[in-house]
Amino acid sequence: MAYDKFTILTSSAVPMPIENVDTDQIIPARFLKATERKGFGDNLFRDWRYNSDNTPKQDFILNNPIYSGKILVAGKNFGSGSSREHAAWAIYDYGFRCVVSSFFADIFKGNALNIGILPVQVSPEFLDRIFSAIEADPHTELEINLPQQSITILATGESASFDINGYKKDNMTNGYDDIDYLQAMKEEIQAFASKSLY
Amino acid sequence: MSNSPSTLFDKVWDSHVVRKIQDGPDVFFIDRHFIHEVTSPVAFLGLETRGLKVMFPEKTFATADHNTPTINQHLPVEDPLSAKQLKALETNSAKYGISHWGLGNPKNGIVHVVGPENGITLPGMTIVCGDSHTSTHGAFGAIAFGIGTSEVEMVLSSQCIMQPKPKKMRINVNGTLNKGVTPKDVILYIISKLSAAGATGYFVEYAGEVFENMSMEGRMTVCNMSIEMGARGGMIAPDETTFNYIKGREKAPKGEAWERDLAYWKTLKTDEGASFDIEYSYDASDIEPMITFGTNPGMGIGISQHIPVSAETGSGKSSYEKSLNYMGFHEDDAMLGKKVDYVFIGSCTNGRIEDFRAFASIIKGRKKADNVTAWIVPGSHIVEQQIKEEGILDILTEAGFQLRQPGCSACLAMNDDKIPAGKYAVSTSNRNFEGRQGPGARTMLASPLVAAAAAVTGVVTDPRELL
Ligand code: SF4
Repeated sequence: MAYDKFTILTSSAVPMPIENVDTDQIIPARFLKATERKGFGDNLFRDWRYNSDNTPKQDFILNNPIYSGKILVAGKNFGSGSSREHAAWAIYDYGFRCVVSSFFADIFKGNALNIGILPVQVSPEFLDRIFSAIEADPHTELEINLPQQSITILATGESASFDINGYKKDNMTNGYDDIDYLQAMKEEIQAFASKSLY
Repeated sequence: MSNSPSTLFDKVWDSHVVRKIQDGPDVFFIDRHFIHEVTSPVAFLGLETRGLKVMFPEKTFATADHNTPTINQHLPVEDPLSAKQLKALETNSAKYGISHWGLGNPKNGIVHVVGPENGITLPGMTIVCGDSHTSTHGAFGAIAFGIGTSEVEMVLSSQCIMQPKPKKMRINVNGTLNKGVTPKDVILYIISKLSAAGATGYFVEYAGEVFENMSMEGRMTVCNMSIEMGARGGMIAPDETTFNYIKGREKAPKGEAWERDLAYWKTLKTDEGASFDIEYSYDASDIEPMITFGTNPGMGIGISQHIPVSAETGSGKSSYEKSLNYMGFHEDDAMLGKKVDYVFIGSCTNGRIEDFRAFASIIKGRKKADNVTAWIVPGSHIVEQQIKEEGILDILTEAGFQLRQPGCSACLAMNDDKIPAGKYAVSTSNRNFEGRQGPGARTMLASPLVAAAAAVTGVVTDPRELL
């Protein structure tokens, strides 16, 4: 109920070939002071995107009008560090629905799936193919097919498959979340709790 | 099933699975839930939107720590956004019947310091918090890890989260640690070996003589940084050291309950012959005092070494160069003698009494270097009290240092404790990411002894020379 259904996404992509992008870069701590989930997209990659006087840094990828789209393609170990879900909110709020990388940090991956962003993990080789395709043509489109668990570079037809567990896949395609599931099994949880030591 | 050898992790995990979902995660029951002001407001908002209640308010504990000031805590918090988050925590806790240790409460402090010191954290528990360093509590033989805000909402409304079971890793360190080598050095050494992503997908058990001989404070420092190599968490089997630490603490079981729980805790260890998905072993004598030179915690070296050249590291050349550029360092630079502008001792990694004792052991009889600004921040009011009672405050004052009030402080710089752009900090916290300690701040992670040596000399110094 919390987010849009995700089935097939066709879009150009924004390339960010940087490794170990941690959640402090995605959204610096000083922007975590909100008590509502609003406006985080403005501060996505804040310190890479803006100078200290708030003028855009020209050489940062999000400030380059040639690149746009609902897919972010990033180097390995994306989303490491702090557990802040705000990082996933910022990415979603900015307009991305999918992040492609050759490796994701665990907590980020879980947070992304919980709010309707699809993390797509591909081999380092396929990631390089995507970066080359975008380099050749910044408007090149990727197709992310969740039901078939495939990602395709449309210009070249190159395709790869990705993993997602069946439960999360169902959730994403139906727009359900874990809270709906847990609420439906409250009695079972109550019974479990009554036997627990603590 | 019960006869085949199993690991400590399996024993605790399996006993908390409410339901297994086919081709999906486990529905995982949570014994203790900690919340703080930054990652909880949106979760409470979610409850309201859906019209849900808190299922077991007595299993959740709230403390204010992330954006609290470390001076003048008796005055109203100046920053309006921080004040609003603190107020939200207070109001939400009151509304749902959750115990709340706000600013000014004598039990207030950093969530991962106050949980253990008040006996809330116990062996065999499952513990979560919207903070990745929840892994700290694994020092007691608990399964403890950080979660996102959606999961905070799940725990509040159903006391469960959905978790795929991680794989199992064991890290053995045997032998005896050299002089001047602390638990912080042990974990920085391990992370430097495995890299910042080397344990992703795993839950770690730390085993071997070094951990057996370690205090609870030291074990907490080690488990705390498990997340910095990508692990979900880390744990150490409970033993007499653990039981002695817990006994008598405010919320710890007493009388018959103590005896019953103790009998259970003694079963919490990895059986002979139990298998792990992967195992690493290191020799304690290879470890020297550590320091980081880059922008992730895997970029650490022995303090006497030179910064590696990129070809020797596993990371891509451009990312490595970006990192060194940010730090203003070069390949093959020596770390010893690097200038230091700020020293920060504190955080849930090294903000416990033992850390301040270590710091004081070097400071004693010396003076703070003039070029250094030092922030000395206890992890909790209880630690602050101990610092005063043990005479450490006098040593600090004599050497020209000031003691601040408890909180996360410069660990993530959400309050006013920000390292200025371009300045170098030796910090006992856990993350050296770009801008973690303030926009443009340059962080070198190290132990309290290395921090003390830097604080009195003004440069990166081998603490073994001052002991
Ligand atoms: S001290 Fe740092 S790592 Fe620990 S809880 Fe606070 S912000 Fe998180």
